[in-house]
Amino acid sequence: MNLLIFALIILFGLSSYYFGRSEARKLITTNKIKLNALPSYYGYYLGIWCGLPALIILSLWSLFEPTIIKILILSNFSNVESKDLFYEQTLSFFNGNFTGELTNNIKIASERYSSLNAIAYNSKIALLASAVIFSTSYAYKKIKSNNRARDDVELILKGLLFVSSLVAIFTTIGIIVSLLFESIKFFSTINLFDFIFGTSWSPQRAFVRDASTITPEEYLELKDAFGSVPLFAGTAFIALIAMCVAVPIGLFSGIYLAEYASTKVRKYSKPIIEILAGIPTVVYGFFAALTVGPFFRTVGESLGLTVSSESALAAGLIMGVMIIPYISSLSDDVINSVPQSLRDGSYAVGATKSETIKKVIIPAALPGIIGSILLAVSRAIGETMIVVMAAGLAANLTINPLESTTTITTQIVMILVGDQEFDSPKTQAAFALGLTLFIATLFLNYIALRVVKKYREKYD
Amino acid sequence: MTKEERLKKRHNAEKRFRFYGLLSVSLAVIFVLVLIQNIVSKGSSAFSRTTIATDISFNADLLEIEGPITKKSLEEAEFYDLAVESILKIYPSKDSKEERQVLRLFSPDYEYEIKRYLIKNPDKINQVASVELTSSDDVDQLNKGNFPRDLPEDRRRVSNFQLNIYDNLVEDGKIGKKFNDYFFSKGDSRDPELAGIGGSLMGSFFTITICLILSFPIAIMASIYLEEFAPKNRITDFIEININNLAAVPSIVYGLLGLGILLSVMDFPRSTPLVAGITLSLMTLPRIIIPCRASLKAVPPSIREAALSVGASKFQTVFHHVVPLAMPGTLSGTIIGLAQALGETAPLILIGMVAFVVDIPGTPVDPSASLPVQVYLWSEQAERGFVEKTSATIMMLLGFLIVMNFIAVYLRQKFEKKWN
Repeated sequence: MNLLIFALIILFGLSSYYFGRSEARKLITTNKIKLNALPSYYGYYLGIWCGLPALIILSLWSLFEPTIIKILILSNFSNVESKDLFYEQTLSFFNGNFTGELTNNIKIASERYSSLNAIAYNSKIALLASAVIFSTSYAYKKIKSNNRARDDVELILKGLLFVSSLVAIFTTIGIIVSLLFESIKFFSTINLFDFIFGTSWSPQRAFVRDASTITPEEYLELKDAFGSVPLFAGTAFIALIAMCVAVPIGLFSGIYLAEYASTKVRKYSKPIIEILAGIPTVVYGFFAALTVGPFFRTVGESLGLTVSSESALAAGLIMGVMIIPYISSLSDDVINSVPQSLRDGSYAVGATKSETIKKVIIPAALPGIIGSILLAVSRAIGETMIVVMAAGLAANLTINPLESTTTITTQIVMILVGDQEFDSPKTQAAFALGLTLFIATLFLNYIALRVVKKYREKYD
Repeated sequence: MTKEERLKKRHNAEKRFRFYGLLSVSLAVIFVLVLIQNIVSKGSSAFSRTTIATDISFNADLLEIEGPITKKSLEEAEFYDLAVESILKIYPSKDSKEERQVLRLFSPDYEYEIKRYLIKNPDKINQVASVELTSSDDVDQLNKGNFPRDLPEDRRRVSNFQLNIYDNLVEDGKIGKKFNDYFFSKGDSRDPELAGIGGSLMGSFFTITICLILSFPIAIMASIYLEEFAPKNRITDFIEININNLAAVPSIVYGLLGLGILLSVMDFPRSTPLVAGITLSLMTLPRIIIPCRASLKAVPPSIREAALSVGASKFQTVFHHVVPLAMPGTLSGTIIGLAQALGETAPLILIGMVAFVVDIPGTPVDPSASLPVQVYLWSEQAERGFVEKTSATIMMLLGFLIVMNFIAVYLRQKFEKKWN
C-alpha cells in the first residue's frame, strides 16, 4: 500500500516538473518576462515542493504508525500478563492465522486494531493530499511571481546533501545508543568490577529472568557467570598469535615489494597478496576449522602432544594470514613515501641496501609502520568468523596455544545466535561485550590514525 | 677480522635480508594458492550428483486415483507405494531391515522425483520406464571416491550389504553422474544430496540490491557535500572523524546495531534480507564514502575553474562536470564496498539470518539465508556431503567477488581520466 502511495507521489512530482517548466516557458512567450533562471529550474522547484514534503510525511508516518497503534491498544489492557505476547496474538488473530487459546480481550483488541488502522489510513491519505496541494500551490504562486528558482532549488539540494552526510553521525549515535542502552541494564544487575575482573565466564548459567528480584545468593552465582577476564585474555592471545604471523611476513613483504622487487614482480605479486584481504572471513574460518585444525591435531598426535581440534594456534595462524595484506600494503606505502634523499645519503656513505633499510628507512617510517600494526591489531580483535568457526566456545584461561580458548566476538555470536529473550542478563551481556569491543577498537584506530597522520605531515 | 671478511659478512647479511623478503612474499602467495586449491579440490565434485537408474513400473492401481488420470490428479496422488515397490526390486532383500537399507541408497526425495517424471511423461502410465533417481549422500560420496572402502564395517557409513548392491549396480551400468542442478535450484535441506544454494543466492541478491539502493546515493551525496560544499567548521570535522572511525568499526558491532535498533525497537521482520540490507548499508556507507571522496578530489581544480568562469553555478559545475568525471572512481569504489558486504557474515548471524530456511525467498521480507551464512551453517554439519557443498558455495561466492572486483578494476582502467 505504502509502495503505491510512494509511486503516486513520485508520479505527481514528475508531472509537476513538466508542468512547472511549461508554465515558466509560458511566462516568457505570453507575458514577455525575462526569467530569473532556466525554465527547467522552475520545473525542479515545483517538482521538489510537490514531492518532498509528502515523502517526508509518508516516511515519518510509516516509521511511527505501528508503535503508536501498539501503545494506544495496550493502554486499554493494563492488566494483561505479557503485553508483547498479547499484542502479537492480537495481530495474528487480526491476520487470520491465530492458533492457541482465544480470549475475549484478544477479540476486543483486534477490533480496536482494525478501527485504529482505518482511522490511521484515512488521516494519512488526508494529510498527504493536503500537503501535496498546499505545498504545490505555494510553489506555483512563487513561480508565477518569477522567483529565483535556481537559488531556491540549489539551497534545497544543498540541504539534502548535508542531511546525507549526517547519516554517518546518526550511525555512530545509533551504535552508541544501542550498545549503551542494553549495557546499562546489564551493569545495573552485574557490578562493573565483577564483569571486568571476574575470571569465570559461563553465561548459560544465568537463567535469572527478572533482574530486579535477585537475592544476594543468586548474585554470587551470577557474578561467576559474567567474569570477562578469560574472554579478554583469549582475544588478546589469539590476536598475539595472529600478529606473530602477520607482522614479520607483512613487514618483510612490504619492504621487499617497496625496495627490492622488480616492477614485474611487484605488478603480479601485490594484487595476489591483496586477494588475501578480499577473501570473506567465513572462508578463512572454514579453512581453519576443517583443514588447519585437524592438520595440527594429526601433527601434534604424531609428536605425542595433545592438541585440541579447535586450538588457539590454528585460529590465530589463519587470522594472521588474513591480516598480512593490511600490514604489507600500508608499510609498502609508508616506505615508499620516505624521501629518496635519505636513501641516497645512506648509500653515499657506503651502506648496503639492507643496512640502509634497517638503519635509515625503517626508523624514518616507524610511526607509519606502528600505525599500520595498530590498525591490524584492531582488526584482529574485532574479527569474528574465523574465531567463531575455528576457536573454542568454552572460556579457558590458558596460555597454551594448543588448547582452545574463546574470544569476545565468539561469545557475542554464541549468546545471540538462536532464540534470545531480551531483558535477560545473558543477552545484555552480549551488548556489554560489544561495547567493550567498540571502545577498544575505537581507541586503537584513533591512536593509529593520529600516528599515521603525524607521520604524513612530517614528509609531505 | 680483515676488511675482506667484514665485507663478505655484510654482503651475506644483505643476501639473507633479501631472502627473508622474498620468502615472505612467496609465503603469502603460496597461501593464496593453497587456499584456493584446497577449496576447489574439495568443492568441485559438488557440481555433479550420482544417480541410480531404476526401473519403475508405473502401476496406476498403486496410485489410488479415483476417476480419470489427469495432470492434476497425478500431482495430488501418493507415489510412495509405487516408488517403494519398484525400488525394492533392484535387489532381493531378506527382511525389512535389509529393505530399509535398500531404500537408504536413494535420497528421501525419490517419490517426488518419480512423480515429476510421470507428470512430464504421462504416456508411461502402466508401463515400465527407467528413471534416474538421485542417490543418497552415502552412495554419492562412495561413487566420488570420498569414502574409503577398506575400513571395517562398523566404521563405515555404508554397510557390506549396501556395498554389495552398489557394486552390482556399477556392474550393470546403472550408476550415473549428472550435472547437479539441485545445487543451484533448491533451498537448504538436512540431506546434503538435496541441499542447494538457491535460497541463499536469492537472499544475497536481495540483500546486496537493498544495500546498493540505500548506500550508493547517500554515499555519493555525502561525499559531494564533504568534498565540494562543506564549510571548514566543527560540524564538518566531526562528520569526517565519524566516517573514518565507522570504516574501522568491527562488522559485528553493526550486527548489534541492527539487533538493538532495527529488530527490537523498530520491529522489522527478523531473518530477512531487508534488515540485512539496511544493516550492511550502514556498514558499507563509510567504506564507499572514502573512495568516492578520493575520486572527487582527483578531478583537477582547473575543471571547476573553467566551468565557473563561463558562468556556471557551483551546483552546475559539480553536477555537470566534476561528478561525471569522478564517476568511474565512485562506481568502482561502490562495487568494491558491495563486494565486501557480500562476503560479510557476522552481522547477518546476529540479525537472525541463521534460521533453517527451506523455501526460496520471493521478496526481501521473507526469511532467508545468504551465501556466506550458508557457508557457516553447512560447515557446522557433520555429513561428508556438506563439506563438498560448503566448498562449492565458497567457490560460487569467490566467483562473484572476482567478477565484481574485475568490473571495478575495468571501470577504473577503461574510463578514468588520467590528469597530468
